[in-house]
Amino acid sequence: MYVAVKGGEKAIENAHAWLAEERRGDTDIADLSIAQIREQLSLAVNRVMAEGSLYDPDLAALAIKQARGDLIEAIFLIRAYRTTLPRFGYSNPVKTGDMACDRRVSATFKDAPGGQVLGPTFDYTHRLLDFKLAADGEVAPAPEGDARQEPTPHITSFLKGEGVIQDEPLSEDAPGDLTREPMEFPSNRPLRLQALTRGDEGFVLGMAYSTQRGYARNHAFVGELRIGKVAVEMDIPELGFAIEIGEVELTECETVNQFQGSKTEPPQFTRGYGLVFGQSERKAISMALVDRALRWKELGEDNLGAAAQDEEFVLSHADNIQATGFLEHIKLPHYVDFQSELELVRKLRREAEERITPKEAAE
Amino acid sequence: MNEYNFAYLDEQTKRMIRRAILKGLAVPGYQVPFASREMPMPYGWGTGGVQVSAATLTPDDTFKVIDQGADDTTNAVSIRKFFENTAGVATTEETKKATVIQTRHRIPEAKLTEDQILVYQVPIPEPLRFLEPRETETRKMHSLEEYGLMHVKLYEDISQHGAISTSYSYPVKVSDRYVMDPSPIPKFDNPKLEMDAIQLFGAGREQRIYAVPPHTKVVSLDFEDYPFEASKADHPCDLCGAEDSYLDEVIMDDAGSRMFVCSDTDYCRSRREAGHQGPMTREDAA
Repeated sequence: MYVAVKGGEKAIENAHAWLAEERRGDTDIADLSIAQIREQLSLAVNRVMAEGSLYDPDLAALAIKQARGDLIEAIFLIRAYRTTLPRFGYSNPVKTGDMACDRRVSATFKDAPGGQVLGPTFDYTHRLLDFKLAADGEVAPAPEGDARQEPTPHITSFLKGEGVIQDEPLSEDAPGDLTREPMEFPSNRPLRLQALTRGDEGFVLGMAYSTQRGYARNHAFVGELRIGKVAVEMDIPELGFAIEIGEVELTECETVNQFQGSKTEPPQFTRGYGLVFGQSERKAISMALVDRALRWKELGEDNLGAAAQDEEFVLSHADNIQATGFLEHIKLPHYVDFQSELELVRKLRREAEERITPKEAAE
Repeated sequence: MNEYNFAYLDEQTKRMIRRAILKGLAVPGYQVPFASREMPMPYGWGTGGVQVSAATLTPDDTFKVIDQGADDTTNAVSIRKFFENTAGVATTEETKKATVIQTRHRIPEAKLTEDQILVYQVPIPEPLRFLEPRETETRKMHSLEEYGLMHVKLYEDISQHGAISTSYSYPVKVSDRYVMDPSPIPKFDNPKLEMDAIQLFGAGREQRIYAVPPHTKVVSLDFEDYPFEASKADHPCDLCGAEDSYLDEVIMDDAGSRMFVCSDTDYCRSRREAGHQGPMTREDAA
């Protein structure tokens, strides 16, 4: 006798209970604390904050714990939480020139005011599994120097004086808000940068990599990469001036790109820009390369038909929460549609057979 | 979950969505861009419908959710529960008792009334999307009422297969102006798109809302010599005997024997309660 797919409600409850149990794992092993995740998996926390578009290391750590370490799921939790938060207003633009840099490197100048500061980087580590870490995670304190007190000027500001790099004039226009207005094409640079900074790291990396391999190559140098904390200031109307409301850690990347000149622009260097929450330098560099590729129209370059030049393609597919949701929705029942396809295929096959089978043979 | 606002979204967001809905009703079939929010369920799982429902529901409403015509499919259960928790509205499985019905892939069999709102979940709102992937192009085509590409597609279907090979998401023209995707309902449901109730369509990921007001002309695209045909399995419902309802095909055993049963579970149940029987429920069934 017919048994419908009943009891969905009970099945869902049971699935959730099992999920919670799996998340916890073996109860003989100590429960992971939010502080442990925040402190010891900080780059995962940074990614969740960057793509979740919410700067809160504790919430990001909680999301990672709840998501069993699935970072896209954790980003989703943060995004869903973020939408419920009221908007009090917008901060003033952060001054990355005033950043207290933990890391600041330039690939274009051997030295510059502020110096090359490697900071806590994996760059020159040999990627050898450290089995000692499996037994004992304690480390000796790192040597300390005196922190630089004065602001560290941007590398590109040294090129600007000479006129060899394209000027990026300051704008007082308030940028649009990707999360408050629907995306429409053609878009503009502020919205593109917003989409890229919260875009999926893997996707943005892949797009950037494609430009390096010749799909709209734009010859990028890392003019500067800096990581550190900046103050966030906000105008308080009642006070009539801006006050500091907190600080955030950011990674900023400016690429310097060769440019032969075009119909509208003389030969000069151009720039790509990346700015990402936390220590997220792979993402920041990728963002800068993709930003530069997307600027072809503004710089009068040719459209080479490359994916990374295609604003609608890049922005429509960069968001991993949109992508994963739509991808995974094909798990949902589709039997009504499938049924109608089944009827159609049967009908078409019937008709095709009638056409093929000669009348005489059918008699 | 009472720390959230009524129906989860904040009032400003609901107002923004209501404006989009009103614009959609004023321009039937036109896709209104709206600043879709991230919802606590995944994109592609009904976030557009959920946002439209959230902006539409009032505390006095009675809410029904169906997926594939059924109230008890997992995602319908999940969405119904979401609004039970966040809006505290009454819910029902009875089509007649509901004032707002959120649906995925079906239009209920029972005739809807002027007092009801039908909210569709829409995956891809653009009927021209699979003919032209660029939004910039398709918006232009709509504004110029340039639908030649769609007719060519339907014509090519006929020349290749002898029939229009679209069986769901069958495109319609609304109020003699916009070509619209009715969401992935089977084409069997297309004639029902002309109805007394308000129909609202929400596409969350694609950030679009559109609408069909009551008593609006909705025509399924076709040709004079190949008229539109609403099709279903040539079979009555095995449980309630209905000849006029859309049927799901269910595989019964390893030998692959089949039964056909109403996809609209409320319709089927109410018919059985009224004493109707199908081939498998009749006393004298072999």
